[in-house]
Amino acid sequence: MKRDSQNVLLGIKHLSKSFGGVKAVVNVSFDLNEGELLGIIGPNGSGKTTLVNLITGFVKPDAGTVTYRGENITGRTPYRIARLGISRTFQMVRPFAAIPAFKNLVIPLYSPRMKGLTGGGYGDRDSVAKDLLEEVGFERESSVTYKPAGSLPHGYLKRLELARCLALRADLIILDELFSGLSIAELASIIPIIEKLMHEGKTVVMIEHRLRELFRIADRVVVLNFGQAIADGKPAEVMEKDDVKQAYLGSEAEE
Amino acid sequence: MKQKRRERIDRGVKVRSDDIFALTSYREMLYVTLPPAIPVICLLVAPLFLPLYWQKVVISACVFALLAMSWDFLVSVGMVSLGQALFFGVGAYVAGSLDVYFGWPIWLTIPLATFLGGAFCALLLLPVLRLRGVYFAMVTLVLPLMLERVIEATAILGGTEGLTGLRPFPSVSVELVIITVAVLVCLFGFRRLMNTDYGLVLKAIKDNDRSVMSSGINIYWMKFQALFVAGSVGAFAGAYMTHVYQFVGMPAFALDYSILPVAAAVVGGTGTYAGAMLGAFVLVGLLQGLPGLILFSFAPLLPEHVVGLLTKAVDELHRMRTVIYAVSLVVFVVALPEGIFHYIQRKYQQFERWVEVEK
Repeated sequence: MKRDSQNVLLGIKHLSKSFGGVKAVVNVSFDLNEGELLGIIGPNGSGKTTLVNLITGFVKPDAGTVTYRGENITGRTPYRIARLGISRTFQMVRPFAAIPAFKNLVIPLYSPRMKGLTGGGYGDRDSVAKDLLEEVGFERESSVTYKPAGSLPHGYLKRLELARCLALRADLIILDELFSGLSIAELASIIPIIEKLMHEGKTVVMIEHRLRELFRIADRVVVLNFGQAIADGKPAEVMEKDDVKQAYLGSEAEE
Repeated sequence: MKQKRRERIDRGVKVRSDDIFALTSYREMLYVTLPPAIPVICLLVAPLFLPLYWQKVVISACVFALLAMSWDFLVSVGMVSLGQALFFGVGAYVAGSLDVYFGWPIWLTIPLATFLGGAFCALLLLPVLRLRGVYFAMVTLVLPLMLERVIEATAILGGTEGLTGLRPFPSVSVELVIITVAVLVCLFGFRRLMNTDYGLVLKAIKDNDRSVMSSGINIYWMKFQALFVAGSVGAFAGAYMTHVYQFVGMPAFALDYSILPVAAAVVGGTGTYAGAMLGAFVLVGLLQGLPGLILFSFAPLLPEHVVGLLTKAVDELHRMRTVIYAVSLVVFVVALPEGIFHYIQRKYQQFERWVEVEK
């Protein structure tokens, strides 16, 4: 579904961050339009996750600004940014291990953002949580919904992390390496969920290494290398550029 | 050589009495209701008929039970506190000050000390909330010692002499009823709280606070609330003891009040507030009750010099109490990490058998 109105949802201007002597993100700027699926790609260590941490408030930038719907949100705390409607997954997926899978989702449902959406009261959150799990592909009322989250297989852990992200009903969803470790079959069942998000008008940012699957769904792609944005445009155009090809030479990118 | 492994299976009566099925027969109902009911009734009723010495032991055990449950609660949120004495001492001093400087009666000083003390401690620990693990524990360990020295140096609030002549409770029975009811309210209150969604979020903060943060929840505000609750419980214990002793002084910040609750909770089983209470009763009972029992029962029967020796031994034991708490903590962590309460619960609900390992 092509979007006609190009509203800038997220504006990144001259964002920079160094850790000690290491320049993790160097003067990165780009705009994210509403309803886009943006891919952020680059070799390992190119600053992709740091960029996401800067946007979502887990790390404070040394320089630059982040604006969301025109509002400057640079350096705000993560929970305030989440309440604005920006949610993210984590690359190292760690659920709340001791509690059942669906109870994991009660935590985001408890957030102040959700006051209007769930009815409040003990029972309501449980059923909303189970509905959410069904949306990401947990079979309803199967044993896997009730298993302690720590014992779930990897594919279900990724779905649970995605569900945790979706539970906030965010408008901007940042997925950090969602596809990593998934088999082709699991990918085939997760990609329709992302496409459904796009249909609903959400904006999605995906950090990925699996370029073939990403390029099928991404509208636009930003390439990072050593903290700098070296390319920004449609996937096919970007992969033709020389410096992008050079950045990937020698690393494990799949063409 | 056939290998055997231990298998644990729920007892039939446990399975039959799970959830609402407990109402199917009197036996099942008793199985479910007796274990909580008997200790509750004993705690509420029995102490009123004991001799005075034992009533004081029960009071002491209940106070430490409150501190232990407060510690257990903080651990559930991920904050290991080595300074329960801070809550106790602050509550004690607030109650004492309200009595001496304002002349307010007990039924005013204790509630005020509870909430003001809790708020004061939570605010005091506010800067430390963002620190990780060990640093929080270190600051909590040091704060009560620091306050003790401040009072000594500035001679405020009675200085080294302390505040004396505070109002007592109307009678020992009133003291007993108040403290046992308080312990039971805390026990059932904490257990119920941790079963709600709020409790789930608190436990999640301990598990993975980054995920909780990115779900839009202000973990520092939640931790502050937890500190306020735990601090209030500890402050109540301190305020109560102030009126029992009719005195408050620097000993209110003693390390005893920091260490015994930790040992009690670990011995009884962390995570279950009943374990903290059980551990407190076991440790206080052993250390204050048993020697007293021996001394009082045998004293009339033994020659004088033996009684003198026993008294000295009891004194020595009392002086070594911190060592004994610490040793029991270590012994239990090594030998029975699940704690006494978990052990009893497991035995009550499951039985074990050896099965052959199929190859």
